[in-house]
Amino acid sequence: MKMTKFTRDDVLKLARLARIDLNEEEVEKFAGEFSSILDYVEQLQSVQVDGLEPTTQVTGLTNVTRKDEIVDYGYAPHDLLKNVPNVKDDQIQAKRMIG
Amino acid sequence: MSQWLPIAEIAAKVQTGGLKATELVEQSLKTITDKAEYQAIIATTESRARERAAEIDARVAKGEKIGRLAGVPFIAKDNFLVFGADTTAASNMLRGFEAPYQSTVINRLEAEGAICVAKANLDAFAHGASTENSDFFTTKNPHDKTRVPGGSSGGSAASVVLDLAPFALGSDTGGSIRQPASFVGCVGFKPTYGTTSRSGVVAMGTSCDVMGPMTRTVEDAALIYDVFAGPDELDGTTIPRDPAGYVENLDSSLKGKKVGIIKEYMAGGLDDSVKQQITASVEKLRSAGAEITEVSLPSLPLALAVYYIVVPAEVSSNLSRYDGQRYGHTYPDAKDLHESYNMSRSTGFGAEAKRRIMIGTYVLSSGYYDAYYKKAQTVRTKIINEFTQVFKNVDFLVGPTAPSVAFKIGATKDPLQMYLADVMTVGASLAGIPAITIPAGEAENMPVGLQLMAPARDDRALLGLAKAAEEQLA
Repeated sequence: MKMTKFTRDDVLKLARLARIDLNEEEVEKFAGEFSSILDYVEQLQSVQVDGLEPTTQVTGLTNVTRKDEIVDYGYAPHDLLKNVPNVKDDQIQAKRMIG
Repeated sequence: MSQWLPIAEIAAKVQTGGLKATELVEQSLKTITDKAEYQAIIATTESRARERAAEIDARVAKGEKIGRLAGVPFIAKDNFLVFGADTTAASNMLRGFEAPYQSTVINRLEAEGAICVAKANLDAFAHGASTENSDFFTTKNPHDKTRVPGGSSGGSAASVVLDLAPFALGSDTGGSIRQPASFVGCVGFKPTYGTTSRSGVVAMGTSCDVMGPMTRTVEDAALIYDVFAGPDELDGTTIPRDPAGYVENLDSSLKGKKVGIIKEYMAGGLDDSVKQQITASVEKLRSAGAEITEVSLPSLPLALAVYYIVVPAEVSSNLSRYDGQRYGHTYPDAKDLHESYNMSRSTGFGAEAKRRIMIGTYVLSSGYYDAYYKKAQTVRTKIINEFTQVFKNVDFLVGPTAPSVAFKIGATKDPLQMYLADVMTVGASLAGIPAITIPAGEAENMPVGLQLMAPARDDRALLGLAKAAEEQLA
């Protein structure tokens, strides 16, 4: 995997994927920083890992399920909405999506 | 000299009425005010703490049994959801966020009578190794106000040494309990992954996040851990606790214990002054009967690179929930959903959060996933296998907790340099094994921490060894 230097466009593409708007100063700063960080992690490219599987979790647990029962945790919907920026009739008011 | 008794003694005295919970809470709140210049605390939960303390004292007067932590005040890192103050994770993104429920760890401590009095400062979203990434302010190291307390649990660590409360709670994903504990000179314990519930703690790197106590002594750490450790149906990654518990009959003797000193941690990248102190400490363990041998984990130097691929990937996923729609900061002038998402995140997140989200996005993106994320997780397997191999010949591992003593505030100029502060702690995080730091003297007039590790699920044995080591190093 050839290491590419992070360009302004690379950073803008990532920002778009991550749903974050960046200003020019941030774009430039991050381009430099990401190049340096990715240079550092580049050392993994040459590591031999034949026959090994990726580790996604260390507990070894699989298929942890609970009983299909309704549990009353004692929260009223109204309480759970107290941090919502725009509430109307106990519903989360969304922004316009189309048009 | 601490103003607080050992935790078990405080609880016992509250239970007999010898100490009043209300007085303990006032004592803690007053100390917090007295030490305000160190900026360890974001907010107190004083109203609720006073209420709970009054309630506990009233119940004691009626002869009721309260619990193992009756009336004991404590401080929680501000990424733990707690009632009585906002939970901010030290981020502008969560300014004003009122937790609708509490973390399981907090609930378990409260069920035994403990009282949360304040929320401690941290690097925002736990991203950092110095607490300088807090969106609010930087906590000062209690030993030297020009130096950092470490991070990300810097506020919690400082709280213990400033004697604000008998104990504090931290979280550790790549060293965030251990490194600050070593920088300020207290005990910091990162238990086996899965033995502590992550429910109600702001998520950072889900495959590494562990909750843990920060205390003056190993004995206190073991007690706090014993109270909150164990499976939780609200966290599907939790595993059973040790049936023997973590307090009774710990094997606290060094004699005959096989301890491996990690060769790769004693090499380049470790400050000479710290190395000297660690070497001297290990010698003290040897003279108490521990069988110290040098061991090698050749892939361990790769752990930091693995960590800074895997954890940003998990961060990018975990922080995608902060979209300005349901909680947290929202951009007020957004004309549509797209702008609302982008600008809420843009104006709510600090630089380090943005950095980690975007690096995570990169390593998970199409065309790069295999080369970065999948490769890193496979090297993770290699590291885990080397730990498993080494534990066939030794029962414990020892080494420094951090490559240096606490550095100066503002001294770290670039993110990669800051990441290197975690070089000795990320290995245990990726492997999920328990690790604890205990004070081991000083270098350059600043505290040094000695790190001990054990195989996964051997928390009991590790706490016993740490207790013995603590005595030797006292």
